[in-house]
Amino acid sequence: MIHSLFLINHTGDIFLEKHWKSVISRSVCDYFFEAKEKAVDPENVPPVLQTPHHYLITIYRGKLFFLSVIQTEVPPLFVIEFLHRVADTFQDYFGECSEVIIKDNVVTVYELLEEMLDNGFPLATESNVLKEMIRPPTILRSVVNTLTGSSNVGDTLPTGQLSNIPWRRAGVKYTNNEAYFDVIEEIDAILDKSGTTVFAEIQGVIEACVRLTGMPDLTLSFMNPRLLDDVSFHPCVRFKRWESERVLSFIPPDGNFTLMTYHVSSQNLVAIPVYVKQNISFFETGNCGRLDITIGPKQTMGKTVEGLMVTVHMPKAVLSTNLTASQGNYTYDLATKVLVWDVGKLNPQKLPNLRGSLSMQAGAPKPEENPSLNIDLKIQQLAISGLKVSRLDMYGEKYKPFKGVKYVTKAGKFQVRT
Amino acid sequence: KYLLGYFSLDQSGGSWFLPSLMLTLIRPTMFPVLRNEDLKEMLESNKESLKLEAMKRVVGLIAKGKNASELFPAVVKNVASKNIELKKLVYVYLVRYAEEQQDLALLSISTFQRALKDPNQFIRASALRVLSSIRVPIIVPIMMLAIKEAAADLSPYVRKTSAHAIQKLFSLDPDQKEQLIEVIEKLLKDKSTLVAGSVVMAFEEVCPDRIDLIHKNYRKLCNLLVDVEEWGQVVIISMLTRYARTQFTSPWKEGAVFDENNEKTFYDSDSEEKKGQIEAKPYIMDPDHRLLLRNTKPLLQSRNTAVVMSVAQLYWHLAPKHEVSIVTKSLVRLLRSHREVQYIVLQNIATMSIQRKGMFEPFMKSFYVRSTDATHIKTLKLEILTNLANEANISTILREFQTYVKSQDKAFAAATIQAIGRCATNISEVTDTCLNGLVLLLSNRDETVVAESVVVIKKLLQTQPTQHSEIIKHMAKLFDNITVPMARASILWLMGEYCERVPKIAPDVLRKMAKTFTIEEDIVKLQTVNLAAKLYLTNSKQTKLLTQYILNLGKYDQNYDIRDRTRFIRQLIVPSEKNGALNKYARRILLAPKPAPVLESAFKDRDRYQLGTLSHSLNIKATGYQELSDWPAVAPDQSVRNVEVIEPVRNLPSSHTSSYLLNIDNCLIIDVLQRDLYVCYKCRCINALFCGISFCWKNEHTHLFHSAQR
Repeated sequence: MIHSLFLINHTGDIFLEKHWKSVISRSVCDYFFEAKEKAVDPENVPPVLQTPHHYLITIYRGKLFFLSVIQTEVPPLFVIEFLHRVADTFQDYFGECSEVIIKDNVVTVYELLEEMLDNGFPLATESNVLKEMIRPPTILRSVVNTLTGSSNVGDTLPTGQLSNIPWRRAGVKYTNNEAYFDVIEEIDAILDKSGTTVFAEIQGVIEACVRLTGMPDLTLSFMNPRLLDDVSFHPCVRFKRWESERVLSFIPPDGNFTLMTYHVSSQNLVAIPVYVKQNISFFETGNCGRLDITIGPKQTMGKTVEGLMVTVHMPKAVLSTNLTASQGNYTYDLATKVLVWDVGKLNPQKLPNLRGSLSMQAGAPKPEENPSLNIDLKIQQLAISGLKVSRLDMYGEKYKPFKGVKYVTKAGKFQVRT
Repeated sequence: KYLLGYFSLDQSGGSWFLPSLMLTLIRPTMFPVLRNEDLKEMLESNKESLKLEAMKRVVGLIAKGKNASELFPAVVKNVASKNIELKKLVYVYLVRYAEEQQDLALLSISTFQRALKDPNQFIRASALRVLSSIRVPIIVPIMMLAIKEAAADLSPYVRKTSAHAIQKLFSLDPDQKEQLIEVIEKLLKDKSTLVAGSVVMAFEEVCPDRIDLIHKNYRKLCNLLVDVEEWGQVVIISMLTRYARTQFTSPWKEGAVFDENNEKTFYDSDSEEKKGQIEAKPYIMDPDHRLLLRNTKPLLQSRNTAVVMSVAQLYWHLAPKHEVSIVTKSLVRLLRSHREVQYIVLQNIATMSIQRKGMFEPFMKSFYVRSTDATHIKTLKLEILTNLANEANISTILREFQTYVKSQDKAFAAATIQAIGRCATNISEVTDTCLNGLVLLLSNRDETVVAESVVVIKKLLQTQPTQHSEIIKHMAKLFDNITVPMARASILWLMGEYCERVPKIAPDVLRKMAKTFTIEEDIVKLQTVNLAAKLYLTNSKQTKLLTQYILNLGKYDQNYDIRDRTRFIRQLIVPSEKNGALNKYARRILLAPKPAPVLESAFKDRDRYQLGTLSHSLNIKATGYQELSDWPAVAPDQSVRNVEVIEPVRNLPSSHTSSYLLNIDNCLIIDVLQRDLYVCYKCRCINALFCGISFCWKNEHTHLFHSAQR
C-alpha cells in the first residue's frame, strides 16, 4: 500500500525519508514540487497527484508536507487518514509536530514508523500500544538511558496488540484514580451582512482523560441524548448499547483520548452567542477605506464570553491600518494582510469597538468584496446545545474514582460576511 | 556528580549547565558529524552504548537519504545483539541495504532462522518481519518455509506477520503464487480478528480473482468485521463489495420493473406464461447480502474516515436504492475533518449527488463555501451545490452564488459563473434571471470575471437566441473594453452567428476588428475571419471590402492556422469558376443551426469507477484497479457459503440456546475442545469461549472474550 514516505518542509527540503518496500528515488517528489509551484498557497496543493509510475498522496500539517508514494490502487482516504495518524502520534510523543522536533528525535521517529507500518500496511497505530513498544522520550529517561545503557524499546509484545481491546494497555496502576470528561462544543456559522444566520450548526466532542487502575468498565449517560443526531465513537464504545439504551459503555484507553464526536440535530435552533455590527467600506477616490466593528452579547445563557478574537483577511490592496480599539489589541500583518483583533473578555456594559481608517495602495481599484470576519470565542461551563451528562458509573473495579465533567463552548468556523 | 546535581537542581528550577547537558542528551544530531571510519570503530567496539550511539547516527543518515552502505559489514555483525533497541536499529539498516549487498546480507539469515524458533512470540514475529523484508532472491525458499510455519503458529500475532510476509514474498518472486495461495487459503480460515485484515490484504494483492476462496469465510468475515482493527476493516469491506457484486442479484429491481412494462406488449403475444413468472417472483434479498449490509452499518460511526467512506461506498454499490441515504449524515460529518479528507469526500459526494440529488439536498447548507476554504475545496462545494439545484431551492442557491462571484479568489469567482450558467440551462425558470445577472457582471472590473461571463452568456444564448438581441447589442457596446482574448472571441462568434438579428452593429464590429486585426491574439483573429465570412454571406453589400481586407491580412499572418483558415474561407465564400460547387452551399455550411452546448458536471461519468478509490479521485484507471462487476442475472449457488458446525454445543445457558439455533447460519465453525466460561466485553453477558472466539447469542455480535475475565 504505502510505499515510501517523505517529509518535506515548507521551503521544499526533503528532511526525512522512509521506505517500506524497495527504495524509491527522492526525485519522485519533483512532480509534487511542480504542483506546489503552481498552487502558490501550500493549502491549495491537490492532495492526490499522478506521476508516470507512481501516485502521490500528500497532507499538509504544521507547515510540513507528509508525502506518501503509492504504486497501486488504494482508497485515498486510507492513506490520508493514516498520514494524519502519524502526525498525531508525533504530536503525542514529542508535544509538537515540527521539522526541528522530528530532526531531533529522528531515531524515535524512525522506530515509530517502523512499527506503524509493515510492508506498507498499518500495523500498530494505537497510541497505547505504541507507547508500550517505544517509550516517549523524556529528559529524565534520556539521562538514565545514557548512563545505564538501557533503551527506550520494550522487548515484549504489548498485551493490547493481542487482546480484542488493543486500545488499553495492561497492568495500569494509579494511586489517584480519576476520570475527566470535557464536553466541547463548537458553533459553525455563517452570518450575512445584516446579521441573519445563513447557516449554523453545533458540533461537539467529548475529550476524556482517564487514569484508572486495572480494567474499569465505564458507563456514561446523558440527561438528553436525543439531542445527538449523528455520532462517531472511539473503537472502545459498545455500539449496541448506544443503539438500544443511548448510553456510552466502554473500557477506556489509558490516558487522553477522544471518546466521541457528535452533531446536534439541525431541527434545534442554534443560539448565536454574539452579534457583530460592522461597517467596512472602501472609497472610490482617495485610496482609503473605513472600518468599524462592534461586538455585543446575544444569547450567552448568562455566561461570560471570553477569548474573543476577530480575524480579517484584508484585500491585497490594503497597505496599512490606522485603527483604535476600545478594548484589547490589534495587529495587522503587512505580508499576509491579516488583521487580528484580540478582544479578550466581552463586557456587556461596555461593548468593544474597533474603528479607524484603512489606507490603500495608490491607483489600485476599489476591492469589490468586503473581507469577511472570522470570530473566535470561548464560553466556559456551558454546552450551547444544552447537552448534559447525567452520570458516570464504573464496573469491574472496586475503588472509588474521582469523576469530573467540564463544559466549554467555542466558535468553530464562525464567519460574518460583510 | 553531574547527575546528582541535575536531579536536585531540576527541582529548584534549573542550572547553568543544564542546557548543554540537555542538548547532548536529547539532540544526537547536534554532535559534530562523524566520519564513516569513526562509526565503524564504534560499531566494532565492545561497549553496547557506543554501538547504540553509532547505530543511531547511521539511522539518522538513512533518514536523511544519505548513503551508509559502506558500513554494512560492521553493522551486520550486530544483528545478534542482546540489546533490543540496537537490534531493531540493525534491522532497519538491514532492510534498507540488503538488496544492494546481497552476499553480505546472507550472513544474517541464520540469526533470523534461529529467532523464528524463539519461545517469545514477539521475537518470532519480528524475525519473520525482517527476514521477509530482505529482498534477496536466493532466500526465497527459506522465506517460503518460514511463512508456512508461521501461518500455523499458535500466536495470532505471528500469523498476522506471516500474512504480511506473503505479500512481500509475492512481490519478490511472483512465481511462488500457487504455494502462497495455499497459505492464504489456510489463513483465511483463521478465526482471529488480528489476522483477518492482513490476510484479506494478501488475498487482494496475490489472487484477487480467486473469489472461490472467500465463499466459506464470507459469513465469518462479516461477523468479525466490527472487531477487526480499523485498517483491516477498510480492506475487508472493499473486498466484500466486489464479492457481493458477483454473488448476489441486483436489489435495484424497482427501476427494472418499468422497463419490463414497456416490453410487455412485445412479449404479450407469444409468452403469457413468461410474464406470469416474472411477476410471481418478487425480489428477495439473499440473507447473506443482508448480513453484509447489517454488519457494516455500525461502522458508519467509526472515528476513522476511511472506514466511514468504505461503508458509504458499499451501501452505494450494494444496498437497495432507498437504503443508501443512511450514509448521508456520516459523509457530511466527515466534512468537519482535515482538508485532505474533505477533498476526497467532496469528490465522492459530487459523483453521488448527480444521480441522487435527494440524498444530500437536506444538507445543502453544509456545502456553503467559506472564504477560508482552499480553492479546490471551494470548487468542489460549488460543483455539489450546482448538482443539488432544483426549482425549489434555486433562489437560495443563486443568492449564495451572488456572494461567491464577488470573492477575492478569482479562479473561484470564475467557477461560480460557470456554475450559474449550468443552473440556468438545467432549470428553465431561472434562465432569464441568470442571464440578466451575468449581463450585469459584464461591467465588472475584473477581467477574468468578465471573460467568464461572456463565455457563459455565449453558451446560454445559443440555447435560445431568439429573444436576446438586446444582450448581444449590450455585449457589442462593451466589446472595446474587454481585453481577455477568449471573451473577445466569444463575442465575435456571437455577432457572426446572430448577425441577422443585429444587422447594424455587426458590420461596425467588423470594421473595428479590421483596424486591430494584426495585434489580436490568434483565437480572436480566427473568429474575426469567421465573422467576416458570415457577414459576407448575409450582407455582402456593406462588408465586401472589409472582408477582403481581413482575408488579405490573414493570408500573410505568421500563424499557419490562420493562413489555412483564411485560404479555406476565401475559397468557400468568394465565387470563382473552379469551386462553384461548394460555393453554393457556403451559407448552409457556415450558418447551419448549431446544437447548443450542454453544460454538465465534470463528475458526470466518474461513476464508472468504484467510489472511494484512487481511480475515482484521479478520474483515470489506476494500476491494479479492480473493476466492479455487474450484478449477475441469476444468483450463483448460495449453498457454497454454508459452513458446517463441527459439533453442537452442549451446556449452553438455556436462555441462549434458542437464539443459538436461530443464528446457526451466521455462526462460525466452533471448536468445542477448549471451552470455558467468560464475560463478553461488549455486552457483559456470560458466555462460553471457543478458541478465543465466539458468537454472542444475545446481542448478535461476534466477540473475543478477554481471558483475564475468567
